[in-house]
Amino acid sequence: MTYTESEMMTVAAARALANEDICFVGIGLPSAACNLARLTHAPRLTLIYESGTIETRPTVLPLSIGDGELGETALTTVSVPEMFQYWLQGGRISVGFLGGAQVDRYGNLNSTVIGEYATPTVRLPGSGGATEIATSCQRIYIVMRHDSRAFVERLAFVTSLGHGVTGRERRKMGIGTAGPTLIVTDLCMMRPHEDTCEFQVVTMHPGVTRDQIRERTEWAVQFADRVGETPAPTSSELQALRDLYARTAAAHGAGTKVRQTGDRA
Amino acid sequence: MSERLSLTDAVSRFVRPGDQVALEGFTHLIPFAAGHEIIRQQIRDLTLIRMTPDLIYDQMIGAGCARKLIFSWGGNPGVGSLHRLREAVERGWPAPLEIEEHSHSAMAHAYAAGAAGMPCAFFRGYRGSDLPRVNPNIRFVSCPFTGEPLAAVPALRPDVSIVHAQKADEAGNVLVEGIIGVQKEAVLAAARNIVTVEEIVERLTPGTNATVLPSWVVQAVVVAPGGARPSYAHGYYVRDNASYVAWDAISRDRDRFLRWLDEHVHGTSVSR
Repeated sequence: MTYTESEMMTVAAARALANEDICFVGIGLPSAACNLARLTHAPRLTLIYESGTIETRPTVLPLSIGDGELGETALTTVSVPEMFQYWLQGGRISVGFLGGAQVDRYGNLNSTVIGEYATPTVRLPGSGGATEIATSCQRIYIVMRHDSRAFVERLAFVTSLGHGVTGRERRKMGIGTAGPTLIVTDLCMMRPHEDTCEFQVVTMHPGVTRDQIRERTEWAVQFADRVGETPAPTSSELQALRDLYARTAAAHGAGTKVRQTGDRA
Repeated sequence: MSERLSLTDAVSRFVRPGDQVALEGFTHLIPFAAGHEIIRQQIRDLTLIRMTPDLIYDQMIGAGCARKLIFSWGGNPGVGSLHRLREAVERGWPAPLEIEEHSHSAMAHAYAAGAAGMPCAFFRGYRGSDLPRVNPNIRFVSCPFTGEPLAAVPALRPDVSIVHAQKADEAGNVLVEGIIGVQKEAVLAAARNIVTVEEIVERLTPGTNATVLPSWVVQAVVVAPGGARPSYAHGYYVRDNASYVAWDAISRDRDRFLRWLDEHVHGTSVSR
């Protein structure tokens, strides 16, 4: 079965989730990946959306973080203050999924501005839940399209902490959670080096070359000693994903396309 | 005891130029009808407070109601940018817009502190983020017991909060169901408040743990059927996702936005 780069990215992100994970889900690609995991290999995966819905099991992807579908299919729905106080800050979430307009080699993320803060060239949506998701979840998975304007040497603004400007800031600040442990893109999977915390390529998707990854990364990207190939999506994974998108399109009506990327403005 | 008022009267009595105003509703129950009435009454210089500004604040900012925005996520959910907000920030049109930017966790804690009558909120937040560098209202204190550094933000105490709910009873008690966001905190934190509802029923029959605002904490109850459209009201109507998608093209262009405002806000009466 042929597939797109975007489908490869969603499938690879979904595979990173396990039945025992408690996952804080963002809109867009993270939502597609989390629900694909639930519909394939991880049916007991627990999904939590920041609008307060706990153990939600949507049959279609929501357009917003608080669509009715999320509340109607949830085990319970709590207020937004309770969600951020007891559930996120309380340390009950194992995986947070984040994206952004820019990421650097240490997994720090920018979803605030491009250019100077006071006089931005592009005003992005801002933090939302991301700033505290980045430090309160046990680990963070980042999903972003691979592009040299997004995978940058230096962030215009740090919205959410990864491993800091030197790779060692989490320990210095006494932050006990792991931070970003995985970046999934449409080209490859990256994990932090165990000493430096700099993200390096660990698998490349089928057909992708090292030069393609270098061209689409602004920093001098490193490759692990042994780089494997990401297994291609299986026909059952692709079918489940395409069915999910088809149900979503039918539910949201013509002309409504659920974005597959993160919060790129 | 809450008073039953028309939308026009409630807004003209409780919302004043220069006020700090919070219209809350986390994707669900967004009080669009009340926001449009504020635009029609041309109430200016407002400090608009809202976790997710959404289309309603994009419209109010574009219509010139706002001087300042306190927020934590300013996008069109699942669609893209808020173009009126961006034009105000990036180009100062129709007026420069001061922004005070937070994270969701900070805003949620700040509303809860406001409802509790506290001067500020403490939480484990903003660690390693640049937001404290650009927002002087984000500070750090040490826990007096453990020494742990904690973020502190001032409590949110709006002059007036406006929320939309499913129903109120004849006595003016209000029931909110579904995704309840920060509506209860916003109402309790504010000096004045307005609750618009889909309908009045003789008696509410809430479950034991339902979210109910007793009539003695509500100032004004306004009957505004459909008052949350194009967002949704659980049990009444679903989110009009196509409108959220269509807003992208309407709001991108200044003139098209102004025509939309004439037709859909100024050109409509408020006989709800």
